[in-house]
Amino acid sequence: MNKNSLYNIFIENDSVFAFVKAFLAVLSAFILVYFILLVTGYRPLPVYSALFQGAFGSRRGFGETLLSTTPLLFSGLGFALAYRCGLFNIGLEGQITMGGIAAAFFGFIIPEINPFIHVLICISAGALAGGMWGFIPGYLKAKFGVHEVISVIMLNHIAFKFAAYLVSMQGPMKDKIDDMPASPVISESAKIVRIVSRTRLHWGIFLGIVIAVLVWFLLFRLRLGFKIRAVGKNPYAAEAAGISIKKHIIITLSLSGALGGLAGAVEILGVHYRLFAAFSPGYGFDAIAVALLGMVNPIGIIASSFLFGILRSGSVFMQAMYGVNKDMVSVITAIIVFFMGMSIPIGILIKDRIKRKNHGLDV
Amino acid sequence: MAVIIKMENIIKSFPGVLANNNITLEIEEGEILCLLGENGAGKSTLMNILYGLYCHDQGNIYIKGEKVEFSGPGDAIDRGIGMVHQHFMLVPVFTVLENLILGSELVKGLSLDLLRSKKELEEISSRYGMEMNLDAYVRDISVGMQQRVEILKLLYRGADIMIFDEPTAILTPQEINELYKIMESLRKKGKTIIFITHKLKEVMEISDRVVVLRDGKVIEAVETKTTNVKELAQMMVGREVLFKTEKPDTKTGREILHVDNIYALNKRRLPALKGLSLNVSAGEVVGVAGIDGNGQTELVEVLTGLRKIGSGSILIDGINMENRKSGEFLDAGTAHIPEDRLLRGLILDFPLYENLILGYEDKKPFAKGIFLDFNAARDWAKKLIDKFDIRTAGVNVNAGTLSGGNQQKAVIARELQRNPKILIASQPTRGLDVGAIEFVHEKIMDAKKDNRAILLVSLELSEIMNLSDRILVIYEGKIIAEFKGGEVTEAEIGLMMAGGHR
Ligand SMILES: Nc1ncnc2c1ncn2[C@@H]1O[C@H](COP(=O)(O)OP(=O)(O)OP(=O)(O)O)[C@@H](O)[C@H]1O
Ligand SMILES: [Mg+2]
Repeated sequence: MNKNSLYNIFIENDSVFAFVKAFLAVLSAFILVYFILLVTGYRPLPVYSALFQGAFGSRRGFGETLLSTTPLLFSGLGFALAYRCGLFNIGLEGQITMGGIAAAFFGFIIPEINPFIHVLICISAGALAGGMWGFIPGYLKAKFGVHEVISVIMLNHIAFKFAAYLVSMQGPMKDKIDDMPASPVISESAKIVRIVSRTRLHWGIFLGIVIAVLVWFLLFRLRLGFKIRAVGKNPYAAEAAGISIKKHIIITLSLSGALGGLAGAVEILGVHYRLFAAFSPGYGFDAIAVALLGMVNPIGIIASSFLFGILRSGSVFMQAMYGVNKDMVSVITAIIVFFMGMSIPIGILIKDRIKRKNHGLDV
Repeated sequence: MAVIIKMENIIKSFPGVLANNNITLEIEEGEILCLLGENGAGKSTLMNILYGLYCHDQGNIYIKGEKVEFSGPGDAIDRGIGMVHQHFMLVPVFTVLENLILGSELVKGLSLDLLRSKKELEEISSRYGMEMNLDAYVRDISVGMQQRVEILKLLYRGADIMIFDEPTAILTPQEINELYKIMESLRKKGKTIIFITHKLKEVMEISDRVVVLRDGKVIEAVETKTTNVKELAQMMVGREVLFKTEKPDTKTGREILHVDNIYALNKRRLPALKGLSLNVSAGEVVGVAGIDGNGQTELVEVLTGLRKIGSGSILIDGINMENRKSGEFLDAGTAHIPEDRLLRGLILDFPLYENLILGYEDKKPFAKGIFLDFNAARDWAKKLIDKFDIRTAGVNVNAGTLSGGNQQKAVIARELQRNPKILIASQPTRGLDVGAIEFVHEKIMDAKKDNRAILLVSLELSEIMNLSDRILVIYEGKIIAEFKGGEVTEAEIGLMMAGGHR
């Protein structure tokens, strides 16, 4: 077989194919939004250039890009892990919230101690709280057959209201000193250290990359991951092979929730330093787009979370420069998700076309 | 007779496999043509090309002398070609009628003209002797009926050339007879039929002509009248096939499986097993014969931990298996060849090597602490591929790309390799070619020689007669008769299968 020809690389290597597919989805989104901008009376090219200038143009801007990348990376991994087990965890926003609450609590309740230990405690508490918020829907699904989408939507709302209550005027976590609806500021030793001066960028991004690699290992090298994927792809065959569907649903949703909890914890300890009611601006929902664009592969998700980080941080500058509402990037996000959904049938079509045409006599 | 389809020098390759190697095939109008060939010979591929699902690399297709190029099944359907795949493509929650008109709806204003479609369909179905209830939900009708829906769908869309890919593999003998009648009446009305099967008796019974494929090439094209079963088998596999397995004389040992008075529900929560008892000893093959739907599926599920029992007891080598899960059944020493390889047997999106270690992931040498050793898995897969003659481009291809028979061989290989105390085999040779059937039967006999207990559930009476030391007849969820192998005729068993003396 002619190994060197481009189409062979394109077709036979699934990850290359996946990459091309994701790239096309992003490209089409930008092209479509180009026309939307045009129709709504903006000059698209300067707007786009402002978007990227905002994201890369300055040290601060680039720091902000990586800063938004971080929670997206964690939550994208969380969504992907559940997705691999055939579960649709749209509860990450609630799991992030719970993680943030727990991290903030241990952040201010414990006085100054060894920073490494303090951060470790807060992060673990966050992961645990998020994990709890994933365990509940997992348990409900395994025991009573409650669809996870229903239960996590409810759990999302419980988490939002719970956080709002905690920092409300009568709330138990409300800061007594100032008037903000927020918790006390966490101890110095609970703050995740910043990496670069004059930016808010902190070490969380590296933790995210380490976790991404770990999730990759979990999925593709560990026995547990093999079973999770088996349950996700064909629960009937997995069950016949002695793999417990229920057990793995519970484990996977708990781990997925824990990843959301990590996102929340890192966000509180690295950025806000205190708990606000809605401290996460929808990272848990963007996680879906991040995971799908990253082909639900941890390594792909590192790249896709970076792209969404760019969109988030650049959009502020874009809005400031040209008055384009920064929600325009949500349109881009939505179109990307749409094309990734479409690209499954389209991808098969293209792949088949090329296969049909080009797979000649070289066997 | 006129040649209606000509496929000329068709070449089709997949990565690592040449599935069709320069095939030329002529189909005459109004004939029933059988495509015969080993597992992986390229039959399904060739027919998928004709149906426009795959595009060939080289070669030409002519319909009624006119060259055609299909870019999808839609084009083939427009040209009057229809195909019933082995795995039906119906929507279970729709009624028969809704399934039939799906994709070719008659529209009246904004609403569907269901009444007109219904009239038309009723007319077609009675013309071909395929009466059925158009308002029943597909999920509620039998497999045989579902197949009729597929056939009706083709007729409704005006197909003149009908391709059936292994239509009889999942049917009961009764349903097969009815299918023959339908095929006859289709032919009488001038339809052309291409029929893929592994059952040589069927070929002799129903076809006008046989084309034998091997390794992607046409080996022979003969008039059915001029050949016989033995010769066909020889052409297919390139050697003589015996059709009778040597039954080794082994002493039966201790009782391995003991099932006492079990009750269980089916998936619709209706009683399926009603006080069933049986036992199987080491070194013994016990066959369960019966008409489909008498509790076989539930029996196998109950014995593999996939379905709960209401009451009664199951012992495996003396261990009480009440309320145990599937994993615990495996640990206790069962292996399970499921009746539906696509549902329970394989994960089609997983590579072959991952499929071949399903259920082994916690065992040595694959389990290394919390890790799974995928290199060990690949080596293991290569060994099984050799040992069981699984035809595949390699261990890394997805199980879904294997031919039907080779998928089945993969499942059998994995399960036999567990070295079970008891093998629960349900329809183990479904979709296999005669050579592979012989091979699998030998393997089952080897297992018997190794002193394993074997429970064989099959709709193929000949398979049961051929292999079993004892034959049990299952009827309405109970064992109603027991025979010693070799001391009973098919007719006697057949009578019991229908409920005995009534
Ligand atoms: N989609 C595919 N991708 C890759 N290889 C394929 C694909 N479909 C079929 N093959 C390969 O092509 C060869 C022929 O397969 P095909 O399904 O045509 O066999 P078959 O004659 O129908 O066999 P069986 O009797 O087992 O159904 C096999 O080696 C199979 O592995
Ligand atoms: Mg086939």
